[in-house]
Amino acid sequence: MKRFKLWYRCGVVLLSVLVALAIAAVILTVLGANVLDTFRVIFVYPFSSIKNISGVINIMIPLSLVGIGICIAYRSGIVNIGGEGQMIMGLTLALVVALNVGEMPRALAIPLVLLSGMIGGGVWGAIPGILKTRFQVSELLSTVMLNYIASQFYSYCLRVPMLDPSVAGGSGDPQTVRLSESLWLSRMNQLFPSLDKNMRFHSGILIAIVLALIVFLFMWKTPAGFKMRAAGASERAARYGGINVKNYVVLAILLSGACCGLAGTVEVLGVHHRGLGNVSGGYGFSGIVVALFGGLHPLGVLPAAFFFAVISYGCNSLQINKIPLPGNTIDVLMGLVILVIVSAQMIISNKYIMYRAERWVRAHLLRAGKERA
Amino acid sequence: MLDFIVLFLTVGIPLSSALLLASLGESVNQRSGIFNLGCEGVMSMGAFVGMMIPYAVGGSGKVAWYVNLSGLVAAALAGALLGLLFGVVVIRFGAPQGIAGIGLQLFGTGLAGSLYRHFIGGAEGVAGINAIRIPLLSKIPILGDMLFSCNPMVYFSFIMVPVISLIMKKTPWGLRVRACGTMPRAADSMGIKVQRTRYEALAFGSAMAGLAGAYMSLCYAKLFTDTLIGGRGFIAVALVYFGQWSPVGIMGGALLFSLAQALQLAVQAYGFATFPYEFLVMTPYVLVIVVLIFASKRKHVGPASLGKPFNREMRV
Repeated sequence: MKRFKLWYRCGVVLLSVLVALAIAAVILTVLGANVLDTFRVIFVYPFSSIKNISGVINIMIPLSLVGIGICIAYRSGIVNIGGEGQMIMGLTLALVVALNVGEMPRALAIPLVLLSGMIGGGVWGAIPGILKTRFQVSELLSTVMLNYIASQFYSYCLRVPMLDPSVAGGSGDPQTVRLSESLWLSRMNQLFPSLDKNMRFHSGILIAIVLALIVFLFMWKTPAGFKMRAAGASERAARYGGINVKNYVVLAILLSGACCGLAGTVEVLGVHHRGLGNVSGGYGFSGIVVALFGGLHPLGVLPAAFFFAVISYGCNSLQINKIPLPGNTIDVLMGLVILVIVSAQMIISNKYIMYRAERWVRAHLLRAGKERA
Repeated sequence: MLDFIVLFLTVGIPLSSALLLASLGESVNQRSGIFNLGCEGVMSMGAFVGMMIPYAVGGSGKVAWYVNLSGLVAAALAGALLGLLFGVVVIRFGAPQGIAGIGLQLFGTGLAGSLYRHFIGGAEGVAGINAIRIPLLSKIPILGDMLFSCNPMVYFSFIMVPVISLIMKKTPWGLRVRACGTMPRAADSMGIKVQRTRYEALAFGSAMAGLAGAYMSLCYAKLFTDTLIGGRGFIAVALVYFGQWSPVGIMGGALLFSLAQALQLAVQAYGFATFPYEFLVMTPYVLVIVVLIFASKRKHVGPASLGKPFNREMRV
């Protein structure tokens, strides 16, 4: 029985991957692309050079930070689809601090900016938490509305108070001035000179790994983390056990928002070095996929983020590899993966289907095997 | 001042139609217990399919009329198909509906955008469906321009308000749907096929969302862009809560939201250039949140089993 369970799980996962690939293949064919070539670019090309791997890791950094945040919220019983807005509000506050920080030692300035990013995202995240616990407003709706509000607020900030004077009045996209170089997160090859000079991804990856460890320890090894997970696993039981579920739910989405705010800040300090439009780039939504794929565990998020960064980088490189597919192919794949994963999870956890599958396998496959023997 | 108000209403009423159609559809599947957060994706696909057929076939006069009609039908079918796909995930497998909905939203918007780039490409428009002036009534000063010279789909969306109300309250199907959303176990014991009814309600709701999308591309904007739906699907879901699952309440919500949006556009059009327009753009969204706070105060109105999968073999 036990052995069958393992085989069953692997079988379902494998089958769901095949289903996703098959549906994707049909869609790609309709879109007029060569399926094999496309899959090669999406899954193999990102590994073809150190430069490409660096690009992948640069995408992986914000993805994993957002994914870790989504895990905290999901484990505590609140679905956070406001990652996009929380990233934006975090990086807005971080930009305010970064643009006014003046001359300050690097070791002090960077943590200060990162912290303000976390505060911005955390406060923005706490709003849907309070709305849910005090006013019974579904977080699925309030977070989406807050995403739009945040993105409008950010574009106002870019256009008026933070606008770079040199592009003012011009026709270019509004952006802030370039941040002073002392605030940039150093690249890995600057940090460790012995590395290959093409290892250009920034040190945000260290932040992501450390954060994953901290969140794992917090959620699984501290009383507060246990209470948050209890609130998510069974609200009623947790309340019966004397846990103030409402407060812990608010705390959970606040921390979740802080992670997303950090993701936005790291993206600005590491990649763009200035505030410009569309920094969040859909990470808030793909972070959900990453969190689900990583088994809603902070340490699982890291490989999941890497996997999706590969797909994302591959999809972005379709054009330079002369494959005529638009950039939003990535959305199709992401959506498909979500639908397939949640289905597979349900099939795996459904004992009845497993029981029937086991009976079928024993009746058809195993007996047949014996007869042949 | 008068022409300001007229402008504001003539802009606002057509804006509300897409929301109204999608929201009415969503209310039907929520009544059956299925929370479809992927409405946005279904609307995008509806918008693309609805525009694709008239764009590909063309035609003029009487032919164009039939072609446009078939575009609308195809959009509704595409919506229903996506709804059934979603149904397999959330009804058959019982997956968490909020997350699966996000998946459907990404899938639908991404697919619509990709197909559009592949088959149409640049910003091509269609002739689309034009407004019709109702013979006598449109001669009434002011009101005639505002209420009686709208797009046929606008009339259709408002006619659907009493129609949905009747379907849900007076027909056996509507009663079955509501039973499945309130207490599926009791419905099951009365011989109602709960999963089947939920599939039907979801297909119906998604077909309405597809029509809403086709309204946007075929009647309102007369073109398709990636941002054409621009969050209307999510607003439509929020409006169901706002309207407390009653078609009339939903109509009120759709009108309120669209009028807020129209007011915002009218204020922009009438100057006040110094006031940052971003804050005007965000007002409707703030309004939705504020309204949700008040709407959620009254409880026990919505379907009791909303978002809970049903399975006969499930232990209670």
